[in-house]
Amino acid sequence: MDFLRPASWEEALAAKAAHPAAVPIAGGTDVMVEINFDLRRPDHLLDLGRVAELREWEVGERTVRLGASVPYTQIMAELRHDLPGLALASHTVASPQIRNRGSVGGNLGTASPAGDAHPALLAAGCEVEVESRARGSRRVPIDAFFTGVKRNALAPDELIRAVHIDRADGPQQFSKVGTRNAMVIAVCAFSLALHPESRTVRTGIGSAAPTPIRARAAEEFLNAALEEGGFWDTGEAVPPSIGARFAGLASGACNPIDDVRGSAAYRRHAIGVLARRTLTWCWESYRESERRAPCA
Amino acid sequence: MRVNLRVNGRPRQVDDVWEGESLLYVLRERMGLPGSKNACEQGECGSCSVRLDDVLVCSCLVAAGQAEGREVLTVEGLPGASAPSSALSSDPSGDSSEDDRSGELAPIQQAFIDAGAVQCGFCTPGLLVAADDLLRRDSDPSDADIREALSGNLCRCTGYEKILDAVRLAAARGETRRREGG
Repeated sequence: MDFLRPASWEEALAAKAAHPAAVPIAGGTDVMVEINFDLRRPDHLLDLGRVAELREWEVGERTVRLGASVPYTQIMAELRHDLPGLALASHTVASPQIRNRGSVGGNLGTASPAGDAHPALLAAGCEVEVESRARGSRRVPIDAFFTGVKRNALAPDELIRAVHIDRADGPQQFSKVGTRNAMVIAVCAFSLALHPESRTVRTGIGSAAPTPIRARAAEEFLNAALEEGGFWDTGEAVPPSIGARFAGLASGACNPIDDVRGSAAYRRHAIGVLARRTLTWCWESYRESERRAPCA
Repeated sequence: MRVNLRVNGRPRQVDDVWEGESLLYVLRERMGLPGSKNACEQGECGSCSVRLDDVLVCSCLVAAGQAEGREVLTVEGLPGASAPSSALSSDPSGDSSEDDRSGELAPIQQAFIDAGAVQCGFCTPGLLVAADDLLRRDSDPSDADIREALSGNLCRCTGYEKILDAVRLAAARGETRRREGG
């Protein structure tokens, strides 16, 4: 095994071009587990820890450019206002030790259906900036990023550089089912983002299908129901019947498996519960913000 | 490969490190610092907790090569590094190597003893490093803060109540020390 230690982004791209099978390692919270347990013996480990720019972020007018290696701890502390859904999801990752090392870039690289960042990224809306030395930079919409169980849209010579996440224009929530509040791989997870500017909602589901997914039928139903009922304008409470239908459609979007963490039936049921709860929480926040600052 | 790093204030160089080796293995098996414990090797238990460039991490999940040029603090270095009062009150030579501090305890270590927070002792080093890291950032943590800060450290004797007592005791003593010190 070789340990490659690029000092810059250019050097990292060159190393990945020369060794496309090299395994990138940032926080190590996934990669080192596989190496410690002899599940993986790559010829090359590509350490991204020295590429300082990957740990930087920038809040732009409409999006946050989040460097691939920004640890969850920093997202919780610094980006709660702009990326509330992702900050909530970050707080549910494992433990302080793991949150100090783990990052969204790593989560996307592993592309596990259970990755905690994914539902929040899907709900907020984002693009993944990837780059290769040969073909330069491209942006992959998050909806096209997850291609299979632990598979993503990266080409072998590409690395994840940053994630461009839409800044929140309304309330966002993330909720996750597990046996305790720490050190839990999600049994299932759900994220909801209200986008009052476009009067739409977006969702993200984790651990209940081969990849992280959106509950599109549920989104379309809720978009129409909120519009038809004039709820965005009136800020009235959403009736339970709408919440129940939204929950049912969210459950219907799932394609889960039975495994040691939970049964498929449980996951499908739980996603419905999380969908209804997050809708209630988000809509209450929206109503409060409307009461505080009514539309001019 | 060769790895250079600072451990508990002292420059160290280790050779013949396997590229897939963890920092934990280097500390325990190559440097003779067995305080950090090897249990789960997957970041679940926190028994291998150290500070890497002042950030609390599981050393089993840090590749040895990633520690090149970095500063590592293990439980062996806690007496010299944790609380300002103990660091100032002793060792006027300024030599901060861990060997010269044998017998001396960091405030959090003394608090664990006084509160009876040690049972089998296996999880203790990781909990000490994690609790010390909390008190460095927050000298007066709430119970919820303590629980969250220690949520990545498992004690299979399940002596958690005494451990919480120890952290509260260390925080209270720190408060007293600060008041008396003006």
